Amino acid sequence: MSIDIDKIRADFPILSTKVRTKKLVYFDNGATSQKPQMVIDSMTNYYQQQNSNVHRGVHYLSQIATDAMESARENIRKYLNAASVEEVIFTKGTTESINLVANSFSKVFITEGDNIIVSEMEHHANIVPWQMMCKEKKVELKVARVNDDGSLDIDYLKSLFTDRTKLISLAHISNVMGVINPVKEIISYAHSNGAKVMLDGAQATPHSVIDMQDLDVDFFAFSAHKMYGPTGVGILYGKKKLLEQMPPYQFGGEMIDKVSFEETTFNVLPFKFEAGTPMIAEIIGLSSAIDYMQEIGIQNIADYEHELLEYATSKLEKIDGLRIIGDTKNKASVVSFVVKGVHHYDIGSLLDQFGIAVRTGNHCAQPLMKSMGISGTVRASFAFYNTKEEIDVFMEALNKALNMLT
Amino acid sequence: MTIQESKVELIEEFEMFDDWMDRYNYIIEMGKDIEPLADDLKIKKYLISGCQSQLWLIAELVDGKILFKADSDAIITKGIAQLLLRVVNNRTPQEIIDEDFSFIDMIGLKEHLSPTRSNGLTSMIKQIKLYALVFKAKAQQQL
Repeated sequence: MSIDIDKIRADFPILSTKVRTKKLVYFDNGATSQKPQMVIDSMTNYYQQQNSNVHRGVHYLSQIATDAMESARENIRKYLNAASVEEVIFTKGTTESINLVANSFSKVFITEGDNIIVSEMEHHANIVPWQMMCKEKKVELKVARVNDDGSLDIDYLKSLFTDRTKLISLAHISNVMGVINPVKEIISYAHSNGAKVMLDGAQATPHSVIDMQDLDVDFFAFSAHKMYGPTGVGILYGKKKLLEQMPPYQFGGEMIDKVSFEETTFNVLPFKFEAGTPMIAEIIGLSSAIDYMQEIGIQNIADYEHELLEYATSKLEKIDGLRIIGDTKNKASVVSFVVKGVHHYDIGSLLDQFGIAVRTGNHCAQPLMKSMGISGTVRASFAFYNTKEEIDVFMEALNKALNMLT
Repeated sequence: MTIQESKVELIEEFEMFDDWMDRYNYIIEMGKDIEPLADDLKIKKYLISGCQSQLWLIAELVDGKILFKADSDAIITKGIAQLLLRVVNNRTPQEIIDEDFSFIDMIGLKEHLSPTRSNGLTSMIKQIKLYALVFKAKAQQQL
């Protein structure tokens, strides 16, 4: 099955935006994706017909809202192929999911003298929470290296494991380069060394079929807004036997069992990790985004986006002095580049004048920039509503911009 | 030329451009013309850090007027910095303290000065004002 691009584009109202007088070309999907009408409607409908606070309400609307939220959780469980809904925790996004694990996992599973591993290609959100935890717990933070082509140095990574390695936290797909890491191999190696694995899946869920049980990953974090859902909601998947042993991350309503001034006991999974009123409308929006992607077919999406990536890459490679950062075979539809003698900010500013939205800068990955010896890149990231015609417009604009700048 | 006259001149120059491309070509040319700062001056002390581009700003007081020099790793940032300096260079501290920099809006470059743009230009304006305040305070101490 191929993709009906006209029908898809019609589903995203924002794509008909004009930027000053030019047609919008939106290639900043790695930062956040646009939302189809179906997702917007699901949230509007919730506020128009279902809004009420969830759980423990005895009245009609509260039941309806609770059912809507919990059936969204079940939908997300199915999408992830998680073993149980208790393993699907609502958070406000990937960043909070990682902070939750860094905080709660370390309280029971990490002691002074242990070590954990991250990599040079991580987003700051998958570095800083671990760095802070390591400082507090007097734990060593080991850093896996990235090869010149943007792939992980797997031999070096394996050499970092010791019998005190408790966890490795890695990007499934690099937000800067689109490089897909060999996560299955790493997970099985980590497990054979007694370490747990967390994956930052923020860039994986928009582009690929994922399966928690097949991956056998211990923790997996992602955000709705990068996969056609709303901002403000994300998921932490965690294996039940680990989550059960971990203490709560935040405290308040929803997450408690019994409260007195002498003692408080906590609710069961998944509610133990969901203090306060959840982002109900956003949860419903995320579930609807998953439905939308599945209707098109996630494999169809991946195949079409791969075509876009190859088309753009072959065109970019023809530009003199242009270097693609992250030059591996196995990539998601993200292409980051630098041009000799030209600053990324200048390119981005001029592309914006042509109506083209790309991201420039260090992409919240300063350690990766340092290891690559660059100060930033221009990043174009494609979604399944983008077209080859848009890439042509982008290429023409890029050539004009480079003419102006050199 | 007074500060007011130099603003008017700049605004009139920009009114002559038919489209954004001419406007940006002019800024880029201005960026290319600016004399680069020597590497030993591109140091942390003078750096105005943005997440996108880096900008260095140096100031000295000569005969009661402030002389600024700027440089950036991005040419558009450098060109816009040069535009700002055309207006504020060789002015008294008080003239700079009184300037509201709204002429930037009038030449259609407001987007480069939004606080979230992180190219260092918003901070550059703050830094220009800060230099002016410090030079004014120093001058008063000496009186």
